Parts: sequence; structure tokens; C-alpha cells
Amino acid sequence: MSSDLHELVAPYALDALEDDERARFERHLAECERCTTQLAELQEATGAIAFAAGGPEPPTSLRGRILEAARTDGTAKVITFPRRRWALPAVAGIAAVAACAAIGLGLWAASLSHSLDRERTAKTSYARALQLLGGGAQAKALSNAEGALLVAPGGGKAALVLCGLSPAPSDKTYEAWVIKGGTPRPAGLFRGGSGCPPVLLERKVPAGATVAVTLERKGGVQKPTGRILVHSEVV
Amino acid sequence: MRRDVAQLSDEALLEAVAGNDEAALGELYDRFGRIAYGLALRILRDASLAEDAVQEAFLQAWRGAGTYRPERAKASTWLLTFVHRRAVDLVRREERRRTEPSESLADPAGLGADEEAALGSRRQIVRAALRALPSEQRQAIELAYYGGLTQSEVAARLGQPLGTIKSRMFTGLDRLRGLLAEADFDHA
Repeated sequence: MSSDLHELVAPYALDALEDDERARFERHLAECERCTTQLAELQEATGAIAFAAGGPEPPTSLRGRILEAARTDGTAKVITFPRRRWALPAVAGIAAVAACAAIGLGLWAASLSHSLDRERTAKTSYARALQLLGGGAQAKALSNAEGALLVAPGGGKAALVLCGLSPAPSDKTYEAWVIKGGTPRPAGLFRGGSGCPPVLLERKVPAGATVAVTLERKGGVQKPTGRILVHSEVV
Repeated sequence: MRRDVAQLSDEALLEAVAGNDEAALGELYDRFGRIAYGLALRILRDASLAEDAVQEAFLQAWRGAGTYRPERAKASTWLLTFVHRRAVDLVRREERRRTEPSESLADPAGLGADEEAALGSRRQIVRAALRALPSEQRQAIELAYYGGLTQSEVAARLGQPLGTIKSRMFTGLDRLRGLLAEADFDHA
């Protein structure tokens, strides 16, 4: 009876349901926008009640234990994407995975780098880039550089994750280009620098295009003058 | 390249946690660890179990931060929901639920000045809001929230029909939400 289920919002917010009822209500939540909204409102109250409890400082070791548990956590972090297919084709250094709606970052563990630190930095950047792209993306390999071009399906929104590019000198800048049919078009300026900072491109990357990077004078240019430093495989 | 996580809003901090930023997780603990522990301790009444609950909840937050949507909930609410759920699950598993009515949180009792000062105005606002609820609503809420009782157990404890308890819980929480908004709890 769905009317019964609506009445469970408040007890659910208080975690006052038995396991089976909790499960039933969660299934109901998935398809009841009204209950979802109402739950969110009631949870603002239950979230606040937590502040009333007071209490002593936790033991000092707890912080370190939590960080250690996170560091060694083998469970892939789940990132829920909107319902799109997420496909990672087999390209140099990146293992192909089966498309699925939710994917763990643990699956990225393949070999962009031999150093654990670089791997973690790259992972962070991929997560950030994926967030910027709003969901699933395809990865395209880069020549001469660690990282990838990530292209969102259905729109061509794209981000470049480039690792270990030295920072551009102060009078210059890196410029990204989208090249289609032999014509390069400006797609954004960036500094480079340590780590693998993700760069959201200012221009969409259609099928059949490639992305390239040159070093240009500060402020960028409309047509590339520098030599191509990095380019992606064809999208 | 390390940016200062201390400058981030709670919501931006969770976004950083979603990006595997351990410094962000540490900062999240610095902001909410004490509240989380106090909550778990109140429910579990055992320091070791409370630590477990907090640790497990933060780990769940670490894993699931990618699903957090700032438009749905405040970051603190999102995090503390994990803590509360874990603590309640543990208290039920350990069968440590209260057998006598708990001391109400509306009445400040025996807290050191340090504790009061540390948690400050948000705590005062919530306590005042709880005090402002009709006692039967506050009682139903506190038995569930701090006692870990199910709605049926609350009904049995208070000798009331289940429907009445559900209604008191709903009306109480809804009223509490209104009182907190009036007191501008979010910006305290």
C-alpha cells in the first residue's frame, strides 16, 4: 500500500525502521519524488539534532585510523553517473573495461605511471575531469605524454588530463586546439604545472577530430605558431 | 599545488573528498569528527563501539562522496546520516538499547564549560528548538534518534498506537525544521 509507505518518511529519517521495512521504503524512494523531497527536508532536522548531543573529544588516534583506512581501502569508489554507457576503449596504457553505469576508480589502476604518487594524482584528476564532464566519457591516448583526452558522449564536451607538463614560462602559455579537416581551432589556454591538472576544453571535440597542444605567447593566438607538443588520437 | 582545504565550504570539501583528496578527508574529520563521536557515544554508550561507528561512517563517506549532491542536502547532514545509521545498526546488533527513558537533550545537564564553548551556538539553537517542541513529539523523536528504538518499540514503550507515533515523529521533525530555519541554524 503506497499510502502506508509515504507514512514511513519520518521514521526512516530517524532510522527507526526494521531492516525489512527500511528496504521496502528505500525501494519506494527510488520512484517517489515527493518522498525523496520530503525526506531531504526531514533530514535537515535529524542532521541538526546530532549537534545537540555534545560529548567529549574522541581519542586522538581516531583521525589517523580513519585516514589509514581510506588510504588502504581496496573497495573501488563508486561514482554514479547519469544513465549513459561509459566506455573506455583499449588504448595505449589504459585497460579497456566493460561499459557499465557505475564504475569504480579502482579500475583506472592500469598503468599510466609506475609511480604510486603519480597514479594517485592522475586518479584524482580523472575523477575531477569526469565530474566536469558530468558523467561518462571516452578516453583517447596522447602522444608524448601521460594522461588522456576525455570526451563525453553525445556532445563532444572534453577535458584534457596531462601529467607532468612543466609550467609555461611567464610570457607564454599552453594552448589547446581542436583540429578537424586539417583546420585547428583554439580550445583554451592553460599553464601546465606539477601533477595532472584537468583542463576543460572551450570547444567541443567532434568525431574525427584530434586535440593538440602548442606553446604560444601569453594571451594565446588564433592559429598555432608553436610546434605541436602533444596530440591525441582521433576521436 | 596543495590548495588549502580549510578554506573550502563543507560542500566543496565533499567534492574534494570525492576526488580522492585525503587532506580533504582529514579536514572533514576536523570539522565533524567530534560531533560524530558525540552522537555515536550518546547512542552506543561505549567508547570503543562509538569509535567503530565513526570510523565506518567516515569510510562510507569516503567511498560514496561521489554520490553527494549539494542541492539535496547540506554536507554535514549527509555525513551525519551515515554516522547515525551506523550507530543505530550497532546498538541494535549489540542489543544495548536503553531500558529506561533517556535524559532529554532539551535540558542542558552537567556539561563542562569547555564542551559548551566548543560546540557553541549550533548546539544551543538545536536544544532550544527541541525544548520548544510539544513533549510527546520530542519524546518520540529522542527515543528513536538516541535510543535506537524502532517505531514499533517506541509505540510499545509509550503505550501508543503505531500511527500516533508516526504522526508525532513527522510533525515533530517538520516543526523542528521550521524552528531551525527561523533561528537561522544554517548560518550559525
